Amino acid sequence: MKGLTKHSDTEWRIEPTGAMRVPVVIFASEALIRDIDDKVIEQAINVAGLPGIVGAAYAMPDAHWGYGFPIGGVGAFDADAGGIVSGGGVGFDICCGVRTLHTGLDRAAVLAVQKELADALYYSVPVGVGSTGAIRLDHKGMDAMLEGGAAWAVGEGYGRPEDLARIEEQGRMAGADPSQVSDQAKQRQQQEMGTLGSGNHYLEVQAVTEIYDAQIAAAFGLRIDDAMVSIHCGSRGLGHQIGTEYLKRMAVAAPKHGINLPDRELACAPIKSQLGQAYLGAMRAGINCALANRQIITHLARRVFDEFFGTDLELLYDVSHNTCKLEEHVVDGRRRQLYVHRKGATRAFGPGHPDLPPDLRRVGQPVLIGGTMGTASYILVGTEQGMQLAFGSACHGAGRALSRHAATRRWHGRAVQDELASRGIVVRSPSARGLAEEAPGAYKDVSEVVLVAERAGLARRVARLEPLLCIKG
Amino acid sequence: MKSAPSPRRATPSWRHFEHRADIGVEGVGDSPAEAFAQAALALTAIICDPTEVAPKQAIHISCDEPDLELLFVDWLNALIYRMATERMLFSRFDLRIDGARLQANLWGEPVEPERHHPAVEVKGATYTALSVQQHRNGRWRARCVVDV
Repeated sequence: MKGLTKHSDTEWRIEPTGAMRVPVVIFASEALIRDIDDKVIEQAINVAGLPGIVGAAYAMPDAHWGYGFPIGGVGAFDADAGGIVSGGGVGFDICCGVRTLHTGLDRAAVLAVQKELADALYYSVPVGVGSTGAIRLDHKGMDAMLEGGAAWAVGEGYGRPEDLARIEEQGRMAGADPSQVSDQAKQRQQQEMGTLGSGNHYLEVQAVTEIYDAQIAAAFGLRIDDAMVSIHCGSRGLGHQIGTEYLKRMAVAAPKHGINLPDRELACAPIKSQLGQAYLGAMRAGINCALANRQIITHLARRVFDEFFGTDLELLYDVSHNTCKLEEHVVDGRRRQLYVHRKGATRAFGPGHPDLPPDLRRVGQPVLIGGTMGTASYILVGTEQGMQLAFGSACHGAGRALSRHAATRRWHGRAVQDELASRGIVVRSPSARGLAEEAPGAYKDVSEVVLVAERAGLARRVARLEPLLCIKG
Repeated sequence: MKSAPSPRRATPSWRHFEHRADIGVEGVGDSPAEAFAQAALALTAIICDPTEVAPKQAIHISCDEPDLELLFVDWLNALIYRMATERMLFSRFDLRIDGARLQANLWGEPVEPERHHPAVEVKGATYTALSVQQHRNGRWRARCVVDV
């Protein structure tokens, strides 16, 4: 790729030319950079040209072709310097994220009832196309949920107050404005509270198979063979509808704001404009919807674990990887308030950050990296170096290597399920084709991705988790 | 809108095209309306086999947009919205486009997971790889990537 220079074994740069205001920085190994989609580089260059961008346009090791921003893209904007907020920089699934919970059980206890547990979780957590949740919210209830997030859910009896400390923003994103969320978006959410969705979303029971950092693992309460529950999903129909509606509004209004969009998906508005503020209010409501949703699914999983084992699930942490958040960062020795977009990138705050719960502040933020149903997930920890490298951000998952079509040409769903079963992983899903599309081989090697994240200094590996059972949409 | 120079009548068609993380839908027909209807069929085919969806219930959709490309994305998003809120799949589309206005009658049925085996839900239609064009042979092609 022309203009791409190697800065270190894990960092590649494109210096500003043309419309670029800042450099592009890609965190990748030789192998990952060789396979990187040209579109990622093109999109990162486009991001580097957006008004008010600070530092650089970053691409994480799992970066792939997204909408406007690359997936695995990070961009920070200063409102006082004409900075923008971008719907494409957040994505359609606002606040998609992962939460991981301790079961208090070991692998053997889960394996003893593996199939029964998989069936019970599959029937308890609504999953897949057309599934509906049991909760119906009236207009007032919907607005309360959009303002309150997981804190609202706990107030409604879905979980415990102590869960909230282990969620970004303490479970409630401030500044949400439900009046900026259309009736259509609220309508789309009507039947979807507490549903997992489909595609790459899942609920897994996993076992800790490797510890890389004993001290941090102890602080996170992780031991070899511990059984954990991980939930990956987002803001469901409401977030998708907000994303769709604001993308159009921003694309249409861009010329009025004097913004030249090289790609309509980069649609954005100045933070200090009416539209920018409206989007931030709606997007924050979408964040709360996702936090409430993961909280409700946690409640459903807790009921199953209580029934099976008489045990509770204790929340390790909940991360979001499609967001734009106002954060304070030190840039060139100066403290600045920046709107940090993380599109398919995980917030990874280092030790001492004031936004971390007191009992984790000393060690840093747990960074939860979802794998695929056949491979591993990882728990990393945020580092001080990562705060300097990319505004406290790390990768978010494996990232697709093959398209859905290529995956279905190569694998059949039933065969995927059988192959996983032969390796001791029980999968439950309403769709065989959905399983084929999500076959583990369709993704990049997550181990390589997290290793590069660690070598680059973005975050450090703490533990590796492997699936025992997977509920897939 | 420019009308097609009365091309030879050919069978309308749809296909999917590759996108690393998601998938593209493409419809081809003798008019924009026919291409849009075919692309809608391609959208259903992301979720399930469209031949398994019985055209039992009808709904109506209308959209307004200043240009055909925005109208195409609007049409698919309106369709995605109705699929999501009414928990339905659609297999028959009858569209009319007059200037900036699209009117559509759609037929389908409620999702039955055991019968339709839906693979994935569609989150939204995007502006990525978006184009609505008339080819030299007079045929119209409408395409974009959808987020799944």
